[in-house]
Amino acid sequence: MTRPPVETRIRTSYREAIRAAIFEAMLEDERVFLMGEDVGRYGGCYAVSKGLLAEFGPERIRDTPLSESAFVGAGIGAAIVGMRPIVEIMTVNFSLLALDQIVNNAATLLHMSGGQISVPLVIRMATGAGRQVAAQHSHSLEGWYAHIPGLKVLAPATLEDARGMLGTALRDPNPVLIFEHVLLYNMEGEIAADAGAVEIGKAAIRRPGRDVTLIAYGGTLHKTLLAAEILAKEGIDAEVVDLRTLRPLDTATLLESIGRTHHAVVVDEGWRSGSLSAEVAARLAEEGFWSLDAPIGRVCSVEVPIPYPRHLEEAALPQPARIVAAAQAVMRR
Amino acid sequence: MTGSADLKPHLARSHVMDLMRQMLRIRRFEEKCIELYATERIRGFLHVYIGEEAVAVGALPTLTPDDAVVATYREHGQALIRGVPMNAIMAEMYGKQEGCSGGRGGSMHIFDVAHRFYGGNAIVGGGLPLAVGMALADKMCNRRRVTACFFGDGAVAEGEFHESLNLAAVWKLPILFVCENNLYAMGTALELTESETDLHLKAQSYRISSVAVDGMDVVAVEAAARRATAAIRAGEGPQFLECRTYRFRAHSAFDPELYRSKTEVEEWKKRGPIERFGAWAEANAILHPTDFAALEQEVAAEIEAAVAFAESGNWEPVETLTRGVYAEVAP
Repeated sequence: MTRPPVETRIRTSYREAIRAAIFEAMLEDERVFLMGEDVGRYGGCYAVSKGLLAEFGPERIRDTPLSESAFVGAGIGAAIVGMRPIVEIMTVNFSLLALDQIVNNAATLLHMSGGQISVPLVIRMATGAGRQVAAQHSHSLEGWYAHIPGLKVLAPATLEDARGMLGTALRDPNPVLIFEHVLLYNMEGEIAADAGAVEIGKAAIRRPGRDVTLIAYGGTLHKTLLAAEILAKEGIDAEVVDLRTLRPLDTATLLESIGRTHHAVVVDEGWRSGSLSAEVAARLAEEGFWSLDAPIGRVCSVEVPIPYPRHLEEAALPQPARIVAAAQAVMRR
Repeated sequence: MTGSADLKPHLARSHVMDLMRQMLRIRRFEEKCIELYATERIRGFLHVYIGEEAVAVGALPTLTPDDAVVATYREHGQALIRGVPMNAIMAEMYGKQEGCSGGRGGSMHIFDVAHRFYGGNAIVGGGLPLAVGMALADKMCNRRRVTACFFGDGAVAEGEFHESLNLAAVWKLPILFVCENNLYAMGTALELTESETDLHLKAQSYRISSVAVDGMDVVAVEAAARRATAAIRAGEGPQFLECRTYRFRAHSAFDPELYRSKTEVEEWKKRGPIERFGAWAEANAILHPTDFAALEQEVAAEIEAAVAFAESGNWEPVETLTRGVYAEVAP
């Protein structure tokens, strides 16, 4: 008698899932190496790379000086001559010190060289607030990077995506930025023991619903799912879409969803002005206007540098209550 | 360093002739470019190397075809000497499809991977981290290659310069830093912007072996570059050359040159690399007036052909505008 195979599930965390992805990539491809501040002996500032130095040695788990521009640029240089570097930047705020290399080199070399040079580089960094680390360690600037042609921008919000996006990004011939929300590193759950590469470039419906489409990504996905549960108790059946890839945006999945729900709220931990939420809302207005029964709602961070005290930080960020209120407003409830 | 004979330039007639030919190729090519700029065949920014030819001509032939070059927006000279065909460079200046970068880059973004010429970087200092990464990859893969990275004195003020020198030294990378010190960062004199104007000392502070050479003397540059590349190949880590040179022309076509005197420019022109080397070669009866005439004729023919090539080139159709933003497959 044959039984259908039982999928083995393992317990893991977001942090461990990324570490497993790095581990697998390093084993599979000798061109892959990890480089960044404190990735080796310290084990990574968020402990993502803990233990990898012992496994792979200092050549491939490479501690760098605090020279974001030089080591990101070095990642680009190594990538264009055949390596597959993973560069870790501690937080998105620090990535601003490497903005020149990311925007002026990584994003442009293919184009400026008439297609001769591609940059198969992965840059990982932490983003977002919620740890009371104030205005120089808490911002969500991924929307800025999503503005730049030539870059791909990913925001894994689930264990599967934490486990699977890195491998796919490494196989991409383009520079790919992966934004890991700081509050997700400790998130635990079960995933398939053989979880691996996932498709990028597509949004995912994380909760199907009929009445309103709530669009989120990264750290706000879980707050949005919570909001959807609250709304359900009030008789509003919310669909939650996880953008997953911030560039290129999967507009088709969003349009398909609002074609069914006729209402949309965009949730973004970035500030409202000139934000990714603005881009999503504009696309829905441009291409989905006739599907909509109400103006598009937005829930963003309050336009203030993220403050240190807990109550002010919480007030600055999108929270389930604000998402619920925004959904109710577009539903005119 | 050793003073062994093979590290010294051999000034046989053929070599002298070649150095002269290469400097003339840059000089006459760029003089033609200035003309073409005036007649609006070339647009955008045009930064010429005239006066600085000895640096590229002295340094680059010490590399092998397997080595790599990273340069700046003033890179026509390096590209020509590296072997990028003049036709493809001129077509790039025109913005034609037949240009070495498909016309997408122009004067400041000359790329030719076949000749391991990696730009054409128009952010001052922006090429140094790239060169560090290329050299890192070579070291990690045990490839015995040198990456030569050219930049101006202006780059020395950038954080990327210091970060890159430090990384190259810490990781002992096979990289040749060539600082083309022409005394002005665009229009601001070095002494107004640097507390230490003896730039090669900065490299020494990172424990990089460095030397300052007369960048107007092609033989001095070649000798220094030979020693430096030999040291890199011997596993001695990064080397730094400060080539003291001078830009005879304006920074770009938009520069009215308010920041320096005509007398200063004229003084430097007396030390012109072509003028001085030519006079020496003639005085020593290595080259003769007929040789110069023959070289001029040869170079003129090459330039004429390059202009014809660029003129007859094609504009990329607008339909392919969004091509080349994302790669489909890694090369």
